[in-house]
Amino acid sequence: MSEAIAEDPILDVVDVSVTYATPGGVVRAVDGVTLRLGRGEFLGVVGESGCGKSTLLFAIAQLLSPPAELNQGKVLFKGRNLVGLTDRALSTVRWSDYSVVMQSAMNALNPVKTIAAQFDDVMRAHGHGGRAEIRNRSHEVLALVGIDAVHLKSFPHQLSGGMRQRVMIAMALLLSPELIMMDEPTSALDVVAQRSLMVQVKELQHRLGFAIIFVTHDMSLVGNFSDHLAVMYAGKIVELGPTKQIFAEPRHPYTRGLLESFPSVHGPKVRLTGIPGAPPNLVDPPAGCRFRQRCPEVMPRCATVEPALYDVDGDRVCCLIYETAGSSPGASHA
Amino acid sequence: MPEAPLMEAIRLTKHYRIGGFFGGTLHAIDELDLTLQEREIVAVVGESGSGKSTLARLFAMAEEPTSGEIRFHGRSLKEIRSRRDMLTYRGQVPMVFQDPFSSLNPVHVVGYALDRGLRLHRPSLSRAEREAEAARALEAVGLSPARETMAKYPHELSGGQRQRVGFAQALSYHPKLVLADEPVSMLDVSIRIGVLNLMARLCEEDGLSFLYITHDIASARYIAHRVVVMYAGTMVESGPTEELLHRPVHPYTRLLLSAVPDPRAPITVAGADIGEPPRVVDPEPGCRFRWRCPLAIAKCGQVTPVLVPTSPGHQAACHVTAPAAAAA
Repeated sequence: MSEAIAEDPILDVVDVSVTYATPGGVVRAVDGVTLRLGRGEFLGVVGESGCGKSTLLFAIAQLLSPPAELNQGKVLFKGRNLVGLTDRALSTVRWSDYSVVMQSAMNALNPVKTIAAQFDDVMRAHGHGGRAEIRNRSHEVLALVGIDAVHLKSFPHQLSGGMRQRVMIAMALLLSPELIMMDEPTSALDVVAQRSLMVQVKELQHRLGFAIIFVTHDMSLVGNFSDHLAVMYAGKIVELGPTKQIFAEPRHPYTRGLLESFPSVHGPKVRLTGIPGAPPNLVDPPAGCRFRQRCPEVMPRCATVEPALYDVDGDRVCCLIYETAGSSPGASHA
Repeated sequence: MPEAPLMEAIRLTKHYRIGGFFGGTLHAIDELDLTLQEREIVAVVGESGSGKSTLARLFAMAEEPTSGEIRFHGRSLKEIRSRRDMLTYRGQVPMVFQDPFSSLNPVHVVGYALDRGLRLHRPSLSRAEREAEAARALEAVGLSPARETMAKYPHELSGGQRQRVGFAQALSYHPKLVLADEPVSMLDVSIRIGVLNLMARLCEEDGLSFLYITHDIASARYIAHRVVVMYAGTMVESGPTEELLHRPVHPYTRLLLSAVPDPRAPITVAGADIGEPPRVVDPEPGCRFRWRCPLAIAKCGQVTPVLVPTSPGHQAACHVTAPAAAAA
């Protein structure tokens, strides 16, 4: 990552672990994740279902509720640890410093209130009580996402899926936060709507300068948009680096496998294999590397030694192949 | 012409009444012509609401067409009246559903689901034959050892494995054509390819045909011989896969192709289009894509374009890019 980002991060996630208490045992959904986000940076977090990507986002946003528990680590937002803050303290930070856009806008919006009333709620709860102020700001943010102000009077069901997701983004922008976290905001949309939303998010970011954490299972979706990419597998970050570099030269065998799982529409037609097998059970994760049972490049050492994040030319890779290639500064694996 | 195609839809139309007395008529599918040959994978691509799932439901006889006809081996589905004929037909043209989590009964083991289907669709088999057939189907989809899988409950299987059970069920009937409605969209990317490869292999080795319904044009390219693009209940373009993808004619096909995420390609999006769905309740004449179309001309608002051949096997319905005069 560039020096500027390293010196002035907006968010520092330090060795965060989240567990779920389930009848089958304790699941470590997020296991010792460390990452840093610079101001105005776009970070994509990708991985398959159950890899812990959404849990990580919820942990950062302090939205976890039992049986999930953040039992280790710090989340430093502009230097202030959010972990352990009271709800009252958090409510001053949420929406105004950071906001979250959820996966299903239909479930996240209140079906019996108009869009205007829901914007109104957010503004009032954060001390912006003036009617004119609320109205002006509501018009402003809707205009930002390209929705006509007449829809302030609409109910969520009167809007299309794409518009609802835009409304959610507009709501997230109401108090001009410096960080917006998005959890699969486009997964319910068609390809054309998906693409258009991504382009719009990127444009807004360019104009307003907020940072983004974008969680998705679809690596190809963020490929054109994110600055950095974190690839998660079984609760851990297995590769972290500049998006372009990861796409050009994926280093972790899992990242490579993921990239080779997407058939291309434009390039030559090749036979793909995907990644055989399934992710491990996180109640009792295997010793050593968690990917080794599916890994085409597995070595005997992988069964006993747990890899850390190793530096390889600015990319950080959690794989023993790169153990000797570089040191592991800052890779905090307890 | 040697013999009748495997499956044929002729001016197939499905309308739904919506919204009570003052409501309108929703045109889910309008006058669609489509043929499927043996040993052929045809992909139907379109956004939600384009009518692609309705098409599968009509082929599965889960719905009756408003007008038009479907023929299987040259025989109209209207002639199928008895429950027995219906079960035989559904065994030959089974459906695989999108959601592998809700399509299996959670209180029964996998073996039960397979056995029950076989009892319905192939009643002539003995118990031992059914078991052998179920085992064969499970092995064919890569769920081996089959005996072990049969004793498992759905919750003991991963999403990819469950979807394979769905395919095994279909295969055990010795089908001719499998209707696969978004069979991989709920699966993780690393697992999708395995299911797509399975479909391609079954087509190649066992001569099965597939109607592959998807919104993912890249996966359609991966396995389909032909691609049909649907928009707002009408077929706007169809053709051999590579020809259609390399020389798309209809503006909607072009838009779809430009929207496919391809991290290896630069961002090239027609910025203005925000992917709003079309109006299909009581549509007026004219092209249904015209509100979103960058090329729309006056004629598009007056005359509904018809499919016009543009090259061998390739046809599109557009006044601008495939003018009818070219066909004459």
